[in-house]
Amino acid sequence: MKKLLPKILSGAAALALALTASAQDTVKVGILHSLSGTMAISETSLKDVLLFTFDEINAKGGVLGKKIEPVIVDPASNWPLFAEKAEGLLVKDKVAVVFGCWTSVSRKSVLPVFEKYNGLLFYPVQYEGEELSKNIFYTAEAVNQQAVPAVDYMLADGKKKFYLVGSDYVYPRTTNKILKKYLKSKGIADADIIEIYTPFGHTDYQTIVAEIKKFSAGGKACVISTLNGDTNVPFFKEFANAGLTSENCPVVSFSLSEDEFRSLPTKDLVGHLGCWTYFMSLTTPENKKFVADFKKWLKTAPAGVDRNNRVTCSPMNLSRTGVYLWKQAVEKAGSFDVDKVREALPGQTFKAPEGKVTMQENHHLINPVFIGETMANGQFKIIKSLGPVAGEPFSDKFLK
Amino acid sequence: MMKKTLSKAELIGLAVAGVLVFLVLPLLNALPESHPLHLTTFTLSLLGKYLCYAVLALSVDLLWGYTGLLSLGQCLFFSLGGYALGMYLMLKIGTRGQYHTNLPDFMVFLEFPKRFPTTGGLPPHWIPFQHFWFAAAAIIWVPAVVAAIFGFLAFRSRIKGVYFSILTQALTYAACLMFFRNDFTFGGNNGLTDFKEILGFDLNAASTRRGLFMATAALLIITYLVCRWLTSSRFGKIQRAIRDSENRVLFSGYATANFKLFVFVVAAIIASIGGALFVPQVGIINPSEMATDKSLEAVVWVAVGGRGTLIGPILGAIGVNWLKSYATHTVPEYWLFILGALFIVMTLFFPKGIVGIPSQVRALKARWNRQSVSVAAPAALSPEEKP
Repeated sequence: MKKLLPKILSGAAALALALTASAQDTVKVGILHSLSGTMAISETSLKDVLLFTFDEINAKGGVLGKKIEPVIVDPASNWPLFAEKAEGLLVKDKVAVVFGCWTSVSRKSVLPVFEKYNGLLFYPVQYEGEELSKNIFYTAEAVNQQAVPAVDYMLADGKKKFYLVGSDYVYPRTTNKILKKYLKSKGIADADIIEIYTPFGHTDYQTIVAEIKKFSAGGKACVISTLNGDTNVPFFKEFANAGLTSENCPVVSFSLSEDEFRSLPTKDLVGHLGCWTYFMSLTTPENKKFVADFKKWLKTAPAGVDRNNRVTCSPMNLSRTGVYLWKQAVEKAGSFDVDKVREALPGQTFKAPEGKVTMQENHHLINPVFIGETMANGQFKIIKSLGPVAGEPFSDKFLK
Repeated sequence: MMKKTLSKAELIGLAVAGVLVFLVLPLLNALPESHPLHLTTFTLSLLGKYLCYAVLALSVDLLWGYTGLLSLGQCLFFSLGGYALGMYLMLKIGTRGQYHTNLPDFMVFLEFPKRFPTTGGLPPHWIPFQHFWFAAAAIIWVPAVVAAIFGFLAFRSRIKGVYFSILTQALTYAACLMFFRNDFTFGGNNGLTDFKEILGFDLNAASTRRGLFMATAALLIITYLVCRWLTSSRFGKIQRAIRDSENRVLFSGYATANFKLFVFVVAAIIASIGGALFVPQVGIINPSEMATDKSLEAVVWVAVGGRGTLIGPILGAIGVNWLKSYATHTVPEYWLFILGALFIVMTLFFPKGIVGIPSQVRALKARWNRQSVSVAAPAALSPEEKP
């Protein structure tokens, strides 16, 4: 006992010293993405790209001379656990900023926590808008940066009939509500717009596809899909079986990116369209470097990171963009203080892989938008580039 | 035989727990933040959440451990209580939502004013939930009615064992799908969230959090006492007799279906009150709480803690959830393996759960002392439950 006590004390002292030393040259940053449960398949990729971005920044000296120290937690696709983990990151770990959330419900669950503790969250996944928190920056595509341009493209292509199909949750509901109003303002008749929702995990699309077939019989019809996740497999299978193709009735999907194609049979999706602010197939020098660097990083990535068949996609790109915008704002503010960083963020621009992006006063980005056509290899062929669009969360501001 | 009055150990345990939850923890939380012993509101609320789970676990144990009814849908009642209070909390947000109207946000974007024009958008069944007393009453009667109808049909048809378990699971899954639908007027997938105040108290204030924590602790203690009284009464004997051999009880002239129905309704009410206190502390209620895996988790807590005892479920719920909170933060990549291994080890080697470990150790010691291998393995029931 007598010998043990001094050892413990000196050990504790050394530990305390090490902790304070590390606290001086690192800054803690939270990653709040599900690593298990239903959302893990999508969100793990965002955790990976965040770690990659931190390494990228740390290699160049970090932020304000401090290395980024990631604090990874697993909210396990469990919404109350999201709130708990967010609170833990802000209270226990005292992180400077959090990058996280995929589903709207997870964001809704943590929003009160970030407002209560005056935290800072960057949210990277296309969403329905109708929300603006002073504690959240939305690098995600707003409805007018994805759904509206996609419909514009379809209208310009001569489409007159729109079939809106989605999973029954808030993003499809809100998006379709906005699209319906928008289509009507463009002179599309009520009878030529059909809106339908299926539950999560729905597999029987026979009736719906039969209806689409009838609907599209006269031509000039298209499908706007906000189906999410694995329900796309039976939908597109049934779609192809019914003899429908991208020629006679194209489908634009808002929830399918390159990363989802890794687990979908892409042959049924060839020719159908996607609309995002980023595609992996972009040929800008910034994107070539991003893709190449990410692939290089994967080879030396920490244990647990999937190394096979990895791709980049819009949510991943926007996660990375968020980190850079935060870094720039911190450097402009000269501090990690949330209030100062929040003030410095609007007006920040970043040369992202897709082009120049700007953070606006409304916490959303000005970002170029592209239309892509799905190819058999799970990539998009960019068929139209629509130029920069200013994100606007509230639909009554862009719907006249 | 279980004694009717509380034993000395139980009294001491209750006293210690009472001092801890009503005096020590709230006082530590009230200390200034700079104080080294300060307990953050975050930790206190986290404990409050575990205590809600402990109440849920007790309700599972009342059915499974004492009556032999393995309900795999207990979270349905937990969620119903949560929704009932959530509706009240939702209506108290007032104009502090995203749209700054009196209507909850999701009703605005789902265009409820068009659907319910006479009430200004509020569905009629939401209107009475503006009053706390109505919500509080709903926390009791809504799950009671659901449990009574389901239980009546199930027990009258003599649905037993695994079939009963499957039906309860189907019930909660059906409810989950129903609540997922946006047309069902309960907020769909997003559920109810972004609460601001309860009974006029700011939900973000540390004092409100302390109050909620103490209310939860009080609920757990009351639930414990109620379960203790119930299981040690004559009723409790019949309960256990049904568990061990229902046919014998039936042929002795007891209407077992009525007994089971009563326990099922009581357990539903207990779970519901637990759920109601859960919601203001975690800040969200949505249909995924009714998903089948949540109810299974509750059964696992009871199994880990030790079923057929009252302290076991409490230990199991707090222990497993603490481990989950700890592991998802410290070893986020491996927490599932840790929990999975724990469950396997517990069921394989400690079938009586945490509370059974001392008696298992004693049995092992006795075996060691006697140096014989003929001693039987510990029975599935603890000695006091043996007829």
